[in-house]
Amino acid sequence: MGMSVVIAENVYKSYLVGEISVEALKGLNFTIEPASFVSFIGPSGSGKTTLLNLIGCLDRPNSGNLTVVGTNVSNLSRRQAASFRGEHIGFIFQDFNLIPILTVYENIEYPLLMVKNTPSAERRKRVYDLLEAVGMSEQKDKYPDQISGGQKQRVAIARALVANPKIVLADEPTANLDHHTAYMIINVMKKMKDKLGTSFIFSTHDPKIVGEVETIYTLEDGKLSNG
Amino acid sequence: MFDLFKIAVRNLIRYKRRTFLTASLIAIGVIFVLVFISVSGSFKNLIIGQVTDSMLGHMQIHRKGYVASLDSLPLTMNLKPKAVEKVENVLKPMPEIECYSKRIKFGGMFSNFVETTNIRLNGVWPEKEFKTVPLLQSRIVKGDKGIKKGEILIPELIEKGMKVKIGDSVVIIATNQDGSVNGKQFRVAGVLESATGPGGRDGYIHIEDARDILRMEEMEISEIALRLRDFSKLHQIYASLQSSLSSQRNSKGKPVFEVHTWEKLSPFYNISRMIDLMTFFIKLMLIAIVLVSIMNVMIMAVYERIREIGTIAAIGTMPEKILSMFIIEGFFLGIFGTVCGIVLGTVSVYVINIMKVSFDFGRNTGLILSPSIKVWDILVISAIVIVVSIIASFQPAFKASRMEPIEALRHV
Ligand SMILES: Nc1ncnc2c1ncn2[C@@H]1O[C@H](COP(=O)(O)OP(=O)(O)OP(=O)(O)O)[C@@H](O)[C@H]1O
Ligand SMILES: [Mg+2]
Repeated sequence: MGMSVVIAENVYKSYLVGEISVEALKGLNFTIEPASFVSFIGPSGSGKTTLLNLIGCLDRPNSGNLTVVGTNVSNLSRRQAASFRGEHIGFIFQDFNLIPILTVYENIEYPLLMVKNTPSAERRKRVYDLLEAVGMSEQKDKYPDQISGGQKQRVAIARALVANPKIVLADEPTANLDHHTAYMIINVMKKMKDKLGTSFIFSTHDPKIVGEVETIYTLEDGKLSNG
Repeated sequence: MFDLFKIAVRNLIRYKRRTFLTASLIAIGVIFVLVFISVSGSFKNLIIGQVTDSMLGHMQIHRKGYVASLDSLPLTMNLKPKAVEKVENVLKPMPEIECYSKRIKFGGMFSNFVETTNIRLNGVWPEKEFKTVPLLQSRIVKGDKGIKKGEILIPELIEKGMKVKIGDSVVIIATNQDGSVNGKQFRVAGVLESATGPGGRDGYIHIEDARDILRMEEMEISEIALRLRDFSKLHQIYASLQSSLSSQRNSKGKPVFEVHTWEKLSPFYNISRMIDLMTFFIKLMLIAIVLVSIMNVMIMAVYERIREIGTIAAIGTMPEKILSMFIIEGFFLGIFGTVCGIVLGTVSVYVINIMKVSFDFGRNTGLILSPSIKVWDILVISAIVIVVSIIASFQPAFKASRMEPIEALRHV
């Protein structure tokens, strides 16, 4: 069904630390299909964050080809990358990263307002739908410091989905949550994937939530050890 | 746009104390500038009024070169009736000129039959003179408030020094243009308080008497003092007079007349210029205050919010939007401080008015300051603060907009 949302061909990434080049990703090849629920697991330093940053157009590979939602993103300019992210990618962060001066409602609305210029009626409908879907309708007028970590991550999921991206990237989305809450959050994401057909790509250390994932890629020292 | 405003305002409210302190600093600067401008402006206007209305008039017209040799009051530099007529033909049709006064100025000897001293005299048409320099009459501290033929108004210094009283007979002796000497007896009709500035210690007689003493065959005039209806049009009217009078040339092609505003005739102009200069430096200080305080706050704001900036940039917020977010924040901070400053500054000026602050200038005592704030000043100050706030926020805002999202997100 449809085109793959991510196609990685021999993706290579190294960082220059002083004079030394640190190889973070050593030639990755994989594809991710639409509406999939994919997790990259692996030990610390194996390159999970690096890879998600490349898919999210926050960084560029040194060589190889990376195609995201039909666009070769290996050589996007800063501005092109920003508008590409706004258009096609949602982000969920380990520390939630909600804007503290905005309410729950306004945090979810933010991408539609500040990135996409969506008309207000449509904006309201999208925000209310997502508040409902992540179970945060009651808290819509609260500020981030008035809600729990799990609730913050629900808001973050809603914010990531509000602009209808093809891909949502989540780097260790449950690392700051207790086990039960983490499990709930994974299930919210899964539910949203089923409902909206968005591909969720996330990284995790946590073997207990891995059981909920459909596709698992294991990263080790910058290489995929399976898949 | 409205949402950018909302975000800016919420961020300012988020750091209440810091916002309050910075706005206070700006407000104090604005208050200071407003009070200074209005007080110094009122002081300036009062003094200018004293100088022009006591003796100078707003402008004067002479024969070319007269002012340069003013010290000796040369009779040879008087305007002949024909020249005077030319000037009057220019002045009469000008509605901006309220009135003008023709004067014969000369130096002579003052004698009370016991002693003799020097005196500088103005021969004037009393009615015209009093209209042109309206404060002259109030300077008459003793005796008649007018000048009739055969009467003289003497300066206070001579009254004291020569011990003359109202009603005394005195003699004025003057050298005429041809070198001969003539004298005439006068009755002391009044005593004039001295005023600061040139001409502040002159005596006054009727112009016909002056012509008599000087044995002028025809009425020659040393200077014509003007009073304008609207003093603020001084330079405009000066320019138009200058152009219509300087076009008048003598047979040798040299200009016949010269026009001067009070500024060229009174040393107070330098004080007035100094006040203007101080006003300029105080405005500069305001700029410095606003620049430093806003830049400081905005640098801090950007630094504290690096992770937030990383987040919104990752989500896809365009750099220019991030830039405007911070600029609007600095701008609002500036506006907030300015509005507070303008309100408090206006109140302060109002209080100064109520308190009726008085001061002395030279021999003029009890002048009451009545400072007022001009809308123009408020506009200028607001414009300064707004522009400076934007400039001050620009560098930190630009830095925020150029941040790499991954680095900003990693920031702890
Ligand atoms: N900005 C950077 N500069 C230099 N080296 C980096 C940078 N980011 C990552 N690396 C290096 O690249 C390798 C992969 O790092 P990465 O952060 O992708 O690992 P990770 O799998 O996300 O680890 P963790 O589970 O601890 O988050 C590591 O060796 C790391 O030191
Ligand atoms: Mg990581």
